Amino acid sequence: MNVLSCVKRVPNTGAKIVLTEDNQRIDTSNLGFTMSPHEECAIEEAVQLAEDHGGSAHVLTLGPEEATEQLRTGLAMQADEATLLESGGEEWGPRATANAIADVIDDLEDEFGAFDLLLFGNESADMGNCQVGVRLARRLGLPCVTGIRSLDVDDGVAVAKREISGGEEVYEVDLPAVVTVKEGINEPRYASMRAKMQARRKEVSRREPTGEAGPGTFEKIRLEAPETDDSPAEILGEGVDAAPAIVEVLASEVEIL
Amino acid sequence: MILSFVEHESGVPDELSLESLTMAREIATGTGEPLEAAVLGAEGGALADELGPYGVEEVHHVVHDRLDGEGYAPQAWGESIAQLAADLDAGTVTGPSTDRGHEVLAHAGATLDAPMATNCTAVDVDNGAYELERNRWGGSLIEHARLEGEPTLVTAAEHEYPVEEADAAVEPAVSEFSPSLPDTAFAVQLDRVETSDEEGIALGEARVVVGGGRGVGNPDDYDQLETLADLLDGTVGASRAAVNEGWRPHDDQIGQTGAKISPDIYIACGISGAIQHMVGCKGAENILAINTDPEAAIIQKADYAVIGDLHDVVPALNEELEERS
Repeated sequence: MNVLSCVKRVPNTGAKIVLTEDNQRIDTSNLGFTMSPHEECAIEEAVQLAEDHGGSAHVLTLGPEEATEQLRTGLAMQADEATLLESGGEEWGPRATANAIADVIDDLEDEFGAFDLLLFGNESADMGNCQVGVRLARRLGLPCVTGIRSLDVDDGVAVAKREISGGEEVYEVDLPAVVTVKEGINEPRYASMRAKMQARRKEVSRREPTGEAGPGTFEKIRLEAPETDDSPAEILGEGVDAAPAIVEVLASEVEIL
Repeated sequence: MILSFVEHESGVPDELSLESLTMAREIATGTGEPLEAAVLGAEGGALADELGPYGVEEVHHVVHDRLDGEGYAPQAWGESIAQLAADLDAGTVTGPSTDRGHEVLAHAGATLDAPMATNCTAVDVDNGAYELERNRWGGSLIEHARLEGEPTLVTAAEHEYPVEEADAAVEPAVSEFSPSLPDTAFAVQLDRVETSDEEGIALGEARVVVGGGRGVGNPDDYDQLETLADLLDGTVGASRAAVNEGWRPHDDQIGQTGAKISPDIYIACGISGAIQHMVGCKGAENILAINTDPEAAIIQKADYAVIGDLHDVVPALNEELEERS
C-alpha cells in the first residue's frame, strides 16, 4: 500500500521563545527547526505500514526551501520519496494548505501511484489549527478519522482507535482515507548516521503550490508572549526536613488533607 | 445569531462545552445577537433545562434516523451543523476545544467553506469582524488575529473561559432540525467503544497529580510517586522526557502533545519545567516543585518548592502523610 504523510517544519522551541521586533514571528536566529511531534509519528506510521504491507511511504511538506531538512529526516526514517511544495517564507493558513495539498494529489498519484492512506498530525505544534486533515479529506471526497492513537490496516479497511475518557472509540473505515494521528501511536525511529547520509543523496520532488484560501479571512495581527508570574516559589525547605512543611501546605493552603 | 455546538452525555452538557458557552455569550452580548445552541444525538432535546441558565434562548435538536440510532459520525454531524447554521443564517458557530468539537466544526467549516479559529482565549467584535486572541504553541504564545467571514467558526481554548451562568436565566425554546445527509456523510461512523481496564483517576480529572520527570532516573522509582499519589487520592503523570525514556506510557504524558491537567495541586518531581510541559499543567491551582536544582525553570513557575532529591524527599513525605492518617 502507498501512504502519504504530510509534515510541517516548525521552530524548535524547547528553549525560551523570543519574538522578532515586529512581533510577527518567533526569532529563529538562535533556534533549530524540527517537525511537529504528531507528524513525526505520522511518518513512522507510514513507513511501518509500507514495510508491513508492501508499497511505499511518501513524505510531503508545504514550506520554505529549508523544509527539505525535514523531508530528509523523513527519508532517513526510511520513507521512499519526498515532495516539497515550496511556499516561500510566509505562513499559510489551514484552508490554503489543505487546498494546496489537494491540488497536487492527482499529480503525485500519476507519478508515484495512488495513495491508500493520507496521514497528518492531528495539529501542528505551532498553529494548532486542527483542521487541515479534515478540509483536505472533504476536498478529495475521502473519509477522515482524526486524533487517532492506534491504526491497523487489513484488506482495504483501516481500524482506527481514538482515546476518550475511560477507553477508546473504534472506527472502521474503507481505504483510501485521511487519518490524523497523535503522538503515542508509535515510537518514531532514530535514523542511523548511514540512513541520514543516504537520505542526503535522495531526490526531493518539487511542486509549485496553488492553494486558494477561500472566502472570508483569518489574518494574523501579531504574536505576544503571555505574561507569566515568574516570582520565585515559596521555598518550603531543603531535603527530607521539608516534609512536615509540605504536609502543612497541603492541609492549610491547598486544603486537600 | 450565535450558534453554539454543545456536546453532552445522556443530556448532561460537557464541561468544556459550558466553557465555550461563556465565550459564545460574550460574543452574543458584544454583537447584540441571540445565543442559540445545536445539540445532536439521542436525549439532546433534554438539554433545554440545562442550557437556560447559560443564556441560551433556543435549543436546536438535530434529528435524523441515522444520527439518533447509530454511532457518532463526524462528517454527518459537521454537515448537520453547517446546514443548521445556514438555515438560521448564523453569523458565528462556536464549540469546545475537544477532539470532537474541533472535528465537528472543521467538517462544518469545510461544508460552508468558512474560516475557523481554534483555541481562542478572547474574542471582541469590531465593525462586524472579530478581533481575537488564540493560543499558539499550546499557549506558550498568544496570537492576535482578525477573523472575518459569513459565517465564521470559533472554538474556546480549554480552561480559558470559566463556566459561568448568565445574569438572567432564560427558558429556551426547543425546536427540531432535520438535515439532509447523503450516505457519504456516514463513511466514518463510530463502530464501538472499548472501555479501559485501567483503574485509577484520569489525569485530566484528578484533583492531585504527582508528576515525574527525567530526575526520577528509572521506571522503578515511580513506585514512590505512586505511593504519594495514593496517599493524596491522586494520580501519577510524567514529562515528555520520562515518556521518551520509556519509563512511563504515553497516556501519562502531561504537556503540549499530552494531557492538559487542572488539579488543585500538581507536585512536580524531578521536572525541569520545559515550556511544552508547562502548557500542560498551567491549569493547576498550585504547583509544588521538588528539584535538586534551585535554578530550574520550574522553580520560577511553581508556587512552592523544595530543594532536594525527590528520592529522599518523596519517601519522607509519604512517611509524614502515613503518620498523619
